[in-house]
Amino acid sequence: MDSTIQEKIIGILRDKFESEILSVESPYNFLTFNLRQEKIIQIIEFLYTNPQARFQYLTTLCGIHYPEQKQIAIMYQLHSLTNNWRIRLKIFLPEENPVTPTLTTVFAGANWMERETYDFFGVRFTGHPDLRRILNVEDMIIFPMRKEYPLEDQTREDKKDFMFGR
Amino acid sequence: MQATETKKTDIKLVEKPEGYEGAGFFATSLEKVVGMARKNSIWPLPFATSCCGIEFMATMGAHYDLARFGSERLSFSPRQADLLMVMGTIAKKMGPVLRQVYEQMAEPRWVLSVGACACSGGIFDTYSVLQGIDRIIPVDVYVPGCPPRPEQIIDGIMKIQHLVENESLRRRDSPEYKAMLNKYGIE
Repeated sequence: MDSTIQEKIIGILRDKFESEILSVESPYNFLTFNLRQEKIIQIIEFLYTNPQARFQYLTTLCGIHYPEQKQIAIMYQLHSLTNNWRIRLKIFLPEENPVTPTLTTVFAGANWMERETYDFFGVRFTGHPDLRRILNVEDMIIFPMRKEYPLEDQTREDKKDFMFGR
Repeated sequence: MQATETKKTDIKLVEKPEGYEGAGFFATSLEKVVGMARKNSIWPLPFATSCCGIEFMATMGAHYDLARFGSERLSFSPRQADLLMVMGTIAKKMGPVLRQVYEQMAEPRWVLSVGACACSGGIFDTYSVLQGIDRIIPVDVYVPGCPPRPEQIIDGIMKIQHLVENESLRRRDSPEYKAMLNKYGIE
C-alpha cells in the first residue's frame, strides 16, 4: 500500500485513539497497528463508521501464541471495500487468562472465527452468543495450537524407538 | 459355418465344496454351502474419506472389476452390508460416526481397513486424527499402502473372502467373539 495512504490511515486513527496505539509497523507493506487491548471494539467500530475509512469488511480474525512473551495475540484484518485499503490490528492478552470482548457486536461474521480462536487457543470472548468448540471434538481438554501442547497424538505406538530396534 | 460352432467359454465357476457325490445326489455340510454362498456374494459398504477411496473407484471400475469376486453390489446402507471398507483418514470427530455405521451392520459383518491412515493414522500423526480405526471398531484385514493399488485392495478382499468361507456358523455366538466386541464397548 502507498505510504501516503498509510500515513492517512495512521492519521485517522491517531486523531481519535492516540493513547491506544502501542506501535505501528508495515511488514511486507501491510499496515499493522499494535494496540492496547481495552478499547479494541470501540476502535474497530470507529474504523467501521468513520466516513473516510469505512473498514466495513472483516477479512479474518485469529489467535497467535507467543510463548516467549507469555502472550496470546488476537489479530484482526479489516478491509475497506470502498477505498480498497487493508489493515491489520493486533492486541495482546496474557497467556494464563486470555479474555477479550466479542467482535460479534460489530461483525456478525466474527462468530465462527471467535469460536475457532477459542477452540485452538482458549481465548474467551465475553459476550459471544455461543462460545464452544467448532472444529475439534467436544471432549478435547487441550487448546492444540498453543505451543505447550505437542502436535503429535501422544498415544501412537508405531513410531517409538523399540519399533526400530533403538 | 464357423459361427454356429459352440465356443468354449473361459468363465470360471466357483468350485463345489468337498462332499460325497453319486448318481443324482451331492452331499456336503451346511457350513460349507453357506460359506461358499457368502464368500461369493459379499456386499461391501464403502466408507471412503480420501485418496484410498479413489483407488477403490478404480477397483470397482471395468479394468480391475471387483464384480468378478461377487461384490458388484455396493450397499450404501449399513443394514444390508456384509463388509465395511474403511478407506481414508478418519478424524477423531468422524470416529463416533464410523462406530455407529459399524453398529448398524447386521451380523455376520467384516471390516477391511484400506490404507495407512485407516490402519494406523498414517502420516497424520496429529491431535485431530484417529490413530487407526482398530481403536474404535474390530478390524479383520488390513491393507497397507499410501494409497494401496487396486491389486492390493483386491488382495485384501480375497483375504476377507477366505475368512468368510472358513468361518464357523457358530463363531458369532461364541463367548470369545462377544468378549472381543465388549473390549470395544459394543453391545
